[in-house]
Amino acid sequence: MSEISRAQTEQSEGSTTGRTTKEAEASLWADAWRSLRSNPWFIVSGAILVVMIVMALFPQLFTNTSPGECLLGRSRQEPSAEHWFGTDVQGCDYYTRVIYGARTSIAVGLLVALGTVVISIVLGTLAGFYGKVVDAVISRIGDMIFAVPYVLGAIVFLNVIDDRGILEVSFILTIFMWPMTMRLMRGAVMSVVNNEYVMAARALGAGNLTIMRRHILPNSLAPILGYSAILVGIIISAEAALTYLGVGLQLPSISWGLQLSNAQNYIQTYPHLMVFPLIFVALTVFAFTIMGDAIRDAIDPKAKK
Amino acid sequence: MTETTDAAEQARTAPDSTSAPLLEVRDLQVEFHTKAGVAQAINGLNFTVHPGETLAILGESGSGKSVTAQTIMGILDMPPGKIAGGEIRYRGEDLLTMPEEKRRKLRGVSISMIFQDALSSLNPVFPVGWQIAEMFRIHRKMKKKEAKQEAVELMRRVGIPAAEKRVWDFPHEFSGGMRQRIMIAMAIALDPDLLIADEPTTALDVTVQAQVMDLLLDLQKEYNMGLILITHDLGVVADVADKIAVMYAGRVMESADVYEIYASPSHPYTRGLLDSIPRIDGGEERLKAIEGLPPMLTNLPAGCPFSPRCPMATDLCRTERPELERVVDGHYSACHYSAQIYDDLRGGAA
Repeated sequence: MSEISRAQTEQSEGSTTGRTTKEAEASLWADAWRSLRSNPWFIVSGAILVVMIVMALFPQLFTNTSPGECLLGRSRQEPSAEHWFGTDVQGCDYYTRVIYGARTSIAVGLLVALGTVVISIVLGTLAGFYGKVVDAVISRIGDMIFAVPYVLGAIVFLNVIDDRGILEVSFILTIFMWPMTMRLMRGAVMSVVNNEYVMAARALGAGNLTIMRRHILPNSLAPILGYSAILVGIIISAEAALTYLGVGLQLPSISWGLQLSNAQNYIQTYPHLMVFPLIFVALTVFAFTIMGDAIRDAIDPKAKK
Repeated sequence: MTETTDAAEQARTAPDSTSAPLLEVRDLQVEFHTKAGVAQAINGLNFTVHPGETLAILGESGSGKSVTAQTIMGILDMPPGKIAGGEIRYRGEDLLTMPEEKRRKLRGVSISMIFQDALSSLNPVFPVGWQIAEMFRIHRKMKKKEAKQEAVELMRRVGIPAAEKRVWDFPHEFSGGMRQRIMIAMAIALDPDLLIADEPTTALDVTVQAQVMDLLLDLQKEYNMGLILITHDLGVVADVADKIAVMYAGRVMESADVYEIYASPSHPYTRGLLDSIPRIDGGEERLKAIEGLPPMLTNLPAGCPFSPRCPMATDLCRTERPELERVVDGHYSACHYSAQIYDDLRGGAA
């Protein structure tokens, strides 16, 4: 091309955005991070989650009292300067119990969310990309599990397990939760797989693996990643619900679900037993949900500016 | 007459038409199995492309141009698509019977393609430079840095201003013409022998169209690529093509070198197309459109597919399908009366 026509090109088509030089390599994730940092909702929810996670990892930082230090003599006291959240039926400091409860609840939430998302991404991508038999097998298995309400399924299965700890409860919840997120992933993949850039990639010599890794996954992850944070919130409440129903974690575990479960007999007389763990559950679920929305917005490149 | 056209052709691009053909499509048939029945998108398609040559495939919407491109590339959705017969020979080897893995390695490296809408053909979540560099990383096993360097170089070559600054911008941050340039950069990154351009300028402004077309031809000459240009735009074709194949209902109706087609179109359909170009000196006449609509591909007429719309159609046309036959050397037409039309035209001109 001659110099003249190139100059014309520059004039007519030139730079569409008058942005300053960008030195660093802006990968998808770096860009997402940049947009997240400027989102106030992300900062608020992030701050709450950091506190909750530190609480889960190092509860000693928040209280000097041991959660096992219980005196029946001070059972069911109202909140006071000495016991901020009052005391529970056993006479344990309720603030300490709630702080220690974060660990199990968040552990179950993260564990199940991680398991569910990994299973869903793998199976959803395979089902959506290959379709036909692969899709039929994966989807029908998912449908069968999906048809059983998770509470019912969890009650049935957890009932036969005598020693129900974090792993057992997480395992059962994962089994019953992946079909929903798998459908989300599968749908996202199916909407991407017929895009022209997938066809173009194929025309330029990309194989199935490359296409899935470079074209399908990055373009279909946004919904499930956004949802995964919301999912953590759902799982935390699910764990609380199962425990409340008596098929989740058992004493001597300390969890928000157990606390809510034990508080049910005293809702009218000692509402603080219900209120404090509920606030923590709600706050955590809220933070994860907001975080999910923020992440989803951030990884959609078109919503960036 | 043929001598002069040959000479003109030689002077223009000197395509090496005596050497072995780069791509040979023989009696290709592609069907789509739909609920409404079997749509015969391509019915016995024949054409040849030599190294360095530009073949324009010209046709209306639904004439099978894009299906042809997708079939050659091997990216046709099957099902519903089905290749019912024929062969596509690339340097003598039939692509259709080749193992898929071997065929995949030809894509992008030996045979490459440009799509109509560059925005939807580029991955929206990766910077354009990254996408160009990916071609080098996958196929040439280049290191990240080296590949990026090559990508910038290539972006400069296709005329992207300030390539170093824009290399990490996303596709949606570019204008339409720039995006098509980037798509072209990706397609020629690995120096392919054959480039298929499926309506590369249709989505662009007229001014930008010419620039992109110029670029494409520049690159074709530089790399000595065979180019299959798929278009419905007669204006584009006249400037750039060496040979033209006019498609209708999945068949080639007429093929010849570009001067020959414009000078002596020997198929009523080609004549209709050429007559339908608005002329600036045409006075106040109405535009001459071809009457009627292209036939349903699920229910093609028994004889010539153009017969229902053809002003010259006879009973013979309605019952017997004409094959693509030689009119003069290098000029083929699928019409029972092409020799007659040709002679009339020649006679009238002389």
